[in-house]
Amino acid sequence: MSDKRTGAQILCEALIQNGVDTMFGLPGGAIMPFYHAMWEYRSELRHILCRHEQGAGHAAEGFARSTGRIGVCIGTSGPGTTNLVTPIADAWMDSTPMLAICGQVSSAVLGKDAFQETDITGITMPITKHNYLIKRVEDIAYAVKEAIFIATTGRPGPVLIDITKDALQASIVPDYSKKIFLPGYRPTYQGSKKQVKAALDLMLQSKKPVMMIGNGVMMANASDEVMAFAERYQIPVITTLHGLGAFPQDHPLSLGMPGMHGWVHANRAIQESDFLLNIGGRFDDRVTGKASTFAPNASIVHVDIDPSEIGKNIEVDVPIVGDAKLVLLSLLEEEPEEAKVTQFHQVAADWLVYVRELQAKHQHKQQYLNRPDTSVMMPHDVYAVLTKEMNERGNYRVVTDVGQHQMWAAQLLDWYRPRTHITSGGAGTMGFAMPAALGVAVAHPEDTVWVVCGDGGFQMTNQEMIVVVQENIKNIKIAIINNGFLGMVRQWQELFEGKRYSGTPLTSPNFQKLAEAYGWTGITVESGDQIEAAVQQAYATDGPVLIDFRVEREVNVFPMVPQNKSIGEMITE
Amino acid sequence: MKTHILVVLMQDHPGVLNRAVSMFRRRGYNIASLAVGHTETAGVSRMTVVVESDHVEQVVKQLYRLVEVLKVSDVTDDPTVEREMALVKLHVPSQQRAEIVALAEVFGAKIVDVSVTAMVIEMTGGPAKVDNFIDMVRPFGIKEMMRTGRIAMVRGARGHSGADLVDTGWQNDVAGAASAAAQ
Repeated sequence: MSDKRTGAQILCEALIQNGVDTMFGLPGGAIMPFYHAMWEYRSELRHILCRHEQGAGHAAEGFARSTGRIGVCIGTSGPGTTNLVTPIADAWMDSTPMLAICGQVSSAVLGKDAFQETDITGITMPITKHNYLIKRVEDIAYAVKEAIFIATTGRPGPVLIDITKDALQASIVPDYSKKIFLPGYRPTYQGSKKQVKAALDLMLQSKKPVMMIGNGVMMANASDEVMAFAERYQIPVITTLHGLGAFPQDHPLSLGMPGMHGWVHANRAIQESDFLLNIGGRFDDRVTGKASTFAPNASIVHVDIDPSEIGKNIEVDVPIVGDAKLVLLSLLEEEPEEAKVTQFHQVAADWLVYVRELQAKHQHKQQYLNRPDTSVMMPHDVYAVLTKEMNERGNYRVVTDVGQHQMWAAQLLDWYRPRTHITSGGAGTMGFAMPAALGVAVAHPEDTVWVVCGDGGFQMTNQEMIVVVQENIKNIKIAIINNGFLGMVRQWQELFEGKRYSGTPLTSPNFQKLAEAYGWTGITVESGDQIEAAVQQAYATDGPVLIDFRVEREVNVFPMVPQNKSIGEMITE
Repeated sequence: MKTHILVVLMQDHPGVLNRAVSMFRRRGYNIASLAVGHTETAGVSRMTVVVESDHVEQVVKQLYRLVEVLKVSDVTDDPTVEREMALVKLHVPSQQRAEIVALAEVFGAKIVDVSVTAMVIEMTGGPAKVDNFIDMVRPFGIKEMMRTGRIAMVRGARGHSGADLVDTGWQNDVAGAASAAAQ
């Protein structure tokens, strides 16, 4: 008898065996047996109680993206799990390894519209890499093992396990030894040698090569290999939103971000290139602009671990299916003829000079960060101080939400290390930042975690501030770029809809008082000359701090590529 | 848009058909016909799906993203045997019975039920032949009709058995590659 375990205990043990030590969630009726068992395992399995399941999901995402490990979130049946849908969709779009554990009503009443019954496996089928409905205690241990394997291998993604209450309550002698059997799941890690050779041949024939790196490089921890390859062949490197930090942006080969709010020189380099090596980016429409006009002269090599991304949005010349790191290592192993390399270096050097001239001509970042006019507080002025203070103090990670502030952060802050820029890219989930920062701060107590957020998105999930207090987390600082608008929508209304500000002006509570009510330190900044003192006070405070920056209200993010235009056609003011 | 015939082998799990069909729906791939059933290998189901798409390669890749999908083959340009079945209930007064029986014989259709004023005919064949038969009997007055989805099999010894897809030795390779990548 003593060897028997309840399903809930088995769930805890299986999670621990598969490397989980932190979970974010909320209890409720159907998931209660898990919470009952969790108490026994609390020294190995830390549970962080969130205030809304959406917060738990984003916290799990923040944990996963900043570490590369699986992020775990928990919700009870019905509304508890539907509240997880947004973070699951977000994790799906940004390939985040996540495990969602859901309570379900007992199998006896399943399908009978029981209290708090929702078909969560049906709902999440299109937004999970895989999902399970577990109705037997015997299936729990294996499901956890298989789910975490699927979530963390190949192209990572969210996996959901829905477990009925009776399966959690029933007892058996557990068997953790069953080997993973997934005959239909065989991700390709090694790129084809033949394709790698073809890609390199194509590159060595080119005169204007560029490299573009995305989330896949981050996921594969391939930053060092990117650096080695770029330096060996002297190719300029463009980093997508999710690639920021994978290549240090102060490197002479770094061109920064492309796309809708990327830099003019990065987009021009793409449009004028005759060879583009995309590693681990999925040619998102925010990167390509009008797809048919993207990189019109370039031969394109696309490296992705997910074959379905290749040829989906952009036709490619050489597809390579594989892990970013292993493919880069294969590329580095190739020893092309010395004469070819020398010749390539000569022509590529001219191109590099040209690209750097372009870069020197379009110094938007420097202009934004060194504004001479200090009579009004522009959002850029906040970023200028944040950049300076972060650089001086080091060890920072920044979590951004979605909107204007997000694009300014991507443009104006400095990204040197992988996994220091955490944002909601593909799904564009407002409300992501505050809870995601919770997960980042838990995973990285040694770093200062800055939340850069708009006044709109912040109000969607700010209830998670109290979790920071309950968990005694001190390394979170929030900068609200408060312009009193849903700013990105307002920008489009200004530029394309004759300033009809329909549904965008936004009243906010007094954020400083809100912070204080939550037990945080709150600061309000109303003029440019107060920014520096506020940020310094935030650093000096041993605890969470919120700064409400009341910036100039109608400011636009530039440069910008209007919808359905080529990335060669940027508006700069 | 071009019509493609895909043969899809999948693990026989609850919900697997739902996953495949849901993927077709949300990505806007148009299913012209679909048939699914057991195969010679226990634990493997087989789906024949006729899809209208100019980007069939994407359809195939998206199917492969489903963890339970084992093998997808586009057999459109292969020599195949294709079959559909239709059950047709016709309004048949006794004076027309002989004419219908003769027509059914020409098409190799089977008369599976006869009553005073109606007949049920089972027509099996390639899609064009089934179409043709239905056109021919329509003037007699179709009371009810039901067609199955198409099933397809490649001719000759080569084919799409599920047996060799369900082995067990592979997961160590993936785990090895994953840990190599993580280093």
